[in-house]
Amino acid sequence: MKLSNIMSRRNRILLRELVITDFKLRYQGSVLGYVWSLLKPLMLFAILFVVFVHFLRFGAGIPHFAVALLLGLVLWTFFTESTNQGMQAIVGRGDLIRKINFPKYIIVISGTISALINLGLNLIVVFIFMMFDGVNFGWSLLLFPFTILLIYSFSLGLAFFLSAAYVKYRDISHLWEVFLQGLFYATPILYPLQMVIDVGGQMAAQLLMLSPIAVLFQQARAQVVGYENMVTADQIFSNPLYLALPYVIIGGVIVLAAVYFKKNQKYFAERV
Amino acid sequence: MVKQKEIAISVKDLHKSFKLPHEQHSGLKQAVVGVFNRNRKKGYEIQNVLRGLDFEIEKGDFFGIVGRNGSGKSTLLKTLAGIYSPDKGAVEVNGTLVPFIELGVGFNPELTGRENVFLNGALLGFSRDEMEAMYDDIVEFAELEKFMDQKLKNYSSGMQVRLAFSIAIRADADILVLDEVLAVGDEAFQRKCYSYFAQLKRENKTVILVTHSMDAVQQFCTKAALIDKGHELTVGTPLEIAQIYRELNSEQEVKAQKKKDEYENKYFKCNVKQSKDTKSLRFTTFIEPMSVLRKSDIVFTFAISKESGEIVYRFTSEDMTEQIDLTKSNKIELNIDNIFPDGSYAIHVAVKRKDRSKNYALFDNIHTFSLSKGVGYQFWRPEESYSISTY
Repeated sequence: MKLSNIMSRRNRILLRELVITDFKLRYQGSVLGYVWSLLKPLMLFAILFVVFVHFLRFGAGIPHFAVALLLGLVLWTFFTESTNQGMQAIVGRGDLIRKINFPKYIIVISGTISALINLGLNLIVVFIFMMFDGVNFGWSLLLFPFTILLIYSFSLGLAFFLSAAYVKYRDISHLWEVFLQGLFYATPILYPLQMVIDVGGQMAAQLLMLSPIAVLFQQARAQVVGYENMVTADQIFSNPLYLALPYVIIGGVIVLAAVYFKKNQKYFAERV
Repeated sequence: MVKQKEIAISVKDLHKSFKLPHEQHSGLKQAVVGVFNRNRKKGYEIQNVLRGLDFEIEKGDFFGIVGRNGSGKSTLLKTLAGIYSPDKGAVEVNGTLVPFIELGVGFNPELTGRENVFLNGALLGFSRDEMEAMYDDIVEFAELEKFMDQKLKNYSSGMQVRLAFSIAIRADADILVLDEVLAVGDEAFQRKCYSYFAQLKRENKTVILVTHSMDAVQQFCTKAALIDKGHELTVGTPLEIAQIYRELNSEQEVKAQKKKDEYENKYFKCNVKQSKDTKSLRFTTFIEPMSVLRKSDIVFTFAISKESGEIVYRFTSEDMTEQIDLTKSNKIELNIDNIFPDGSYAIHVAVKRKDRSKNYALFDNIHTFSLSKGVGYQFWRPEESYSISTY
């Protein structure tokens, strides 16, 4: 397969139609339709804000922690949506795969793209919040899209692996659900990383920041609310090797996922 | 002048097998158990569906593939279409190929007819703009103008098929793979299908058609192949293939001995010999009873059909002045004026009850022959009258 073929005209047409179809089917029959994809993270945010920030005083003393919490939730929603939809993509489109030959990765990409569109809409809400909360728009904001790109690449890599594995082992979806639940609490979203340092010590914070998701989320939030208000990986590790580790994990996941997907994709039609 | 034939599809030593699990094997548990329990009975069976197929399809061929259920037709088709990948061997396709394993691939019941048209079109490689341009024609052809904004789940199955077919015929590919599309739809739909086939033939497209309809094979195909048990593949003319297929399916225990032109069942044994003669066709039919039939009201028929199955000549014992006694062995000599155009022909011998309520023997294609007399050669002219005048 030539690289130039990956996004050939035919594939682009197909990707577009698959995304449009996903989009239309998702909120079929609901009155508010697409508004739900905005309302859901906002409602979740309202609950968590009241419980953790208002009553439990998480993030007290940290400026714009509410914005950081909202952004964290929005990014987390994106991560779970893209990996879950990506995972279900191949099996969900089994009817197509069994009847026509087309590049299978298109389906996985289409599954993650609708999550990406949701993220885009949600980010608009985050930016409106930023303005209300009086966040200074700094230069670091220019780096924010790159962080999003990294998060997306990581999700896509995971989606490729999960979707291929899910064809063979249907247990993966349950495992992944539990794994995500654990990862949510292991990622500084609800609580500020500063709190981990204060309560559990530097070691605990270092342990958390070995996860690529934690590193990227902290980085994204720092770029939005300002580096002075967020603890990022470089403040926790002095050894640059540890700083590089999450990126090595991301790269490794993408390469392994691509190899695994490529090796298995020719059997999708008969296994799905 | 020998025209260089181009190969559209070449299949070399194609093998394909499937693992058939004895129980649901798509769980981690089985995989884990499998690791620790290596010497347990294998949890699956290997089914060798295709075992070493070799053939070629030339550009412009209308290639029919027939075979009984479970013979591997669909697997072959899906392998040709690239849906399955071969275990061994190779499939080489020159040109763009569009498969129709099913009409309306990707149709979603929750989407409207209109949305489905665009989705299905995208699977055929058409962009939104291209689909927009042919949308009205598609809807008009499907006769569904009033229903396009309704969800597909509210369509009748006939309406869905019509819509799918209207999109399918837009497919612009060098090679089309059609799997039993004829099996669905009513007579009007089948007529549409047939006229589409005729159009494909005029346009000289390469078509691979899988079907159970020998009529379709004989009417449209230029070549045909019969696949049996996944490895016995016979390529031949549509007539030959239709003949073998009928034999395969025949419930009579007909022992077909093609070379000897001899057939038998529990009532009769028959063979037909043809003596070479240019002016006339001479056939000698030997028919011998295998068991005693106490019936006297039986008829012997001898028919010649064209390759397409159309009967061009029929002789029955009812036409004869003398009675035929089929309780004894008979030798029937026929001498027929050779008034037939060039082509391939087949002979069918039958023994039936007079009221046609029972067939004692149906020996289809008991003998085949072909005629070639050359261009402009005419043995026989029909009675004619003409007048020419100037005005």
